[in-house]
Amino acid sequence: MSEFLQQTVNGLAWGSIYALIALGYTMVYGVLRLINFAHGDVYMIGAMTGYYAGNLITRGLPAGAAFPVVLACSMAVCGVLGFLIERAAYRPLRNAPRINSLITAIGVSLLLEFGGQLLFGADPKVFPPLIPEQPLFEIGGAVIGRIQAVIFAVALVLMAVLRFIVVKTRLGKAMRAVSFSHVASQLVGVPLDTVVSFTFVLGSMLAGAGGVLVGIANPKVEPLMGIMPGLKAFVAAVLGGIGNIPGALAGGLLMGLSETYVVGYVSSTYRDALAFVLLILILLVRPGGLFGKSVSDKV
Amino acid sequence: MRRTFPSVVFTLMWTVSAVAFGGGGCAKPGAKTIPVGEYGSLTGGTATFGQSSHQGTMLATEEVNAAGGLLGQKVEVITEDDQSRPEEAKTAVLKLIKQNNVVAVIGEVASSRSLAAAPECQKSKIPMISPASTNPKVTEIGDYIFRACFVDTFQGEAMAKFARNDLKLSRVAVLKDVKNDYSVGLADFFEKTFKAEGGEITVVQSYSEGDIDFRAQLTAIKGQSPDGVFVPGYYTEVGLIARQARELGITVPLMGGDGWDSPKTIEIGGAAVEGSYFGNHYAADDPDPVIQSFIQKFKAKYGIVPDAMAVLGYDAASLLYDAIKRAGSAEPAKIRDALAATADFQGVSGKLTMDANRNAKKKLVIMKIENGANKFHAEVKP
Repeated sequence: MSEFLQQTVNGLAWGSIYALIALGYTMVYGVLRLINFAHGDVYMIGAMTGYYAGNLITRGLPAGAAFPVVLACSMAVCGVLGFLIERAAYRPLRNAPRINSLITAIGVSLLLEFGGQLLFGADPKVFPPLIPEQPLFEIGGAVIGRIQAVIFAVALVLMAVLRFIVVKTRLGKAMRAVSFSHVASQLVGVPLDTVVSFTFVLGSMLAGAGGVLVGIANPKVEPLMGIMPGLKAFVAAVLGGIGNIPGALAGGLLMGLSETYVVGYVSSTYRDALAFVLLILILLVRPGGLFGKSVSDKV
Repeated sequence: MRRTFPSVVFTLMWTVSAVAFGGGGCAKPGAKTIPVGEYGSLTGGTATFGQSSHQGTMLATEEVNAAGGLLGQKVEVITEDDQSRPEEAKTAVLKLIKQNNVVAVIGEVASSRSLAAAPECQKSKIPMISPASTNPKVTEIGDYIFRACFVDTFQGEAMAKFARNDLKLSRVAVLKDVKNDYSVGLADFFEKTFKAEGGEITVVQSYSEGDIDFRAQLTAIKGQSPDGVFVPGYYTEVGLIARQARELGITVPLMGGDGWDSPKTIEIGGAAVEGSYFGNHYAADDPDPVIQSFIQKFKAKYGIVPDAMAVLGYDAASLLYDAIKRAGSAEPAKIRDALAATADFQGVSGKLTMDANRNAKKKLVIMKIENGANKFHAEVKP
């Protein structure tokens, strides 16, 4: 039983990182109907920024302050990167057939991966220990460490903020309007370019945060680290119903949990297979994803 | 498709240049060098392996050339990076053989990459010496494939006996990398011997190279409450595994093989790898004068203490140069015969004799990680 609880905690921690990445996929899909395959690599840039920021900027800062500063740096850099990617790669193609943008997305992804290898070097780097690991508390034999607690807390806060932006603010309302119809929203005066840029910035910032969280939990970062998590988070977004924010959250957690159970109780060989079996099943049984096509919450 | 004018011109130019420069190889007839190929992981997931062994190889080459070279000619080492990827290793070796016309090939450290490239050397009948691939399958590929290190059957046995008889462990869990020939082989030999010695393997869990989260496997291992965990993996994953194991409350000793030997193990693992044991090819704190004088030379050139991969890179190259000298010829077939006849060769990592299967018979050392450094713990003779 305690083993099962521990696996659940492990799964939820991974799942919240998947969820953070999946949110970016789902928001961009919501407004542009584009699958931004470069999103996993934005997450990698987030982790890399965290590595450099952790080593350069935070030297001399008190222990408690380093982590928020690094997190903010990564989110800022990724936000700018998301803006630039949209501006340079996707905006010129907005009225082109959708397949063009899709292929461009793959191109941007490869650019970031191998440009990253050139820039950072291909060997893995050790993420600075921003948060000293220690067990916080135990529930029924399951240990919850400080790092895992930080992951949950940061993920929850960021998702709450996102929820607030989407539901309560004018920009959020505009995002929802754009996701409903580009033409109609422009006709009533919604600035399409601003809204799309904002969506990319927001999604990329979440991915950057995900990168830092992975860095503190598993202190090994390298330029190709975004490929698999990016794909898995994409599957998680589809699982929850792409374009749907609570769906991405649920999909991410479900993905993290089921992967952990499969590795813990069956075999790690099936971990990557599982993600894609889930994808196929969802597409067969419920093509709209678990949360279907609930228009009200679409971004 | 209709051929356009520019493409015709391009093809023509390409053909002309290929004919004119004869493929641009380094072994032009009459050249005063012996071309030797080296391929290794200078970048990628196991970059420190390739970089270290490259430094060792270059040091050996420099020494030979400073002493007048071989057969009156200088040795020229042509190095190819395989980016830690098996498919690239094959391409790299093909290039070395076909374009650079090398007489022998040194490489690779990792067994999975040696296994990908060795068939090409065997096919072209170019002798290949792996500095550190310990998986038995590597030299089984053919009679042109050699290694300068011990095999995993020996390493797995030695670690299992050490765990059972010296550490007095009775219930051990295994966590191996299923995508890695080295890891799978070493785990098998360990399990077999450990059971034969009366121990119990409580659970075998696996991961894949590149994974960063091992908590699910470790939680399952913790559920069996073993008194030791054998992790036959590479340094990139080992450090993370150790960290996460300690995080989940697994306090028993961790053990591994020569894949642990990299400064990154301690850098990534930190306090979590303290008190762990691993099998290795050499110990830097061994007082043996051969080893100490090598460390002096290496430090003078590179400014760091060599790890085992550097020592093996040096030994593999020295072995090859010794064979060329004894063969009195730089013909691949004669080099092969001389390599196969190697007996009691004094390498830095110990006295070495090639057995009938072209595997080096030599000693193994067991290292313990203490106060953030690898310390010599015990020695196992073949």
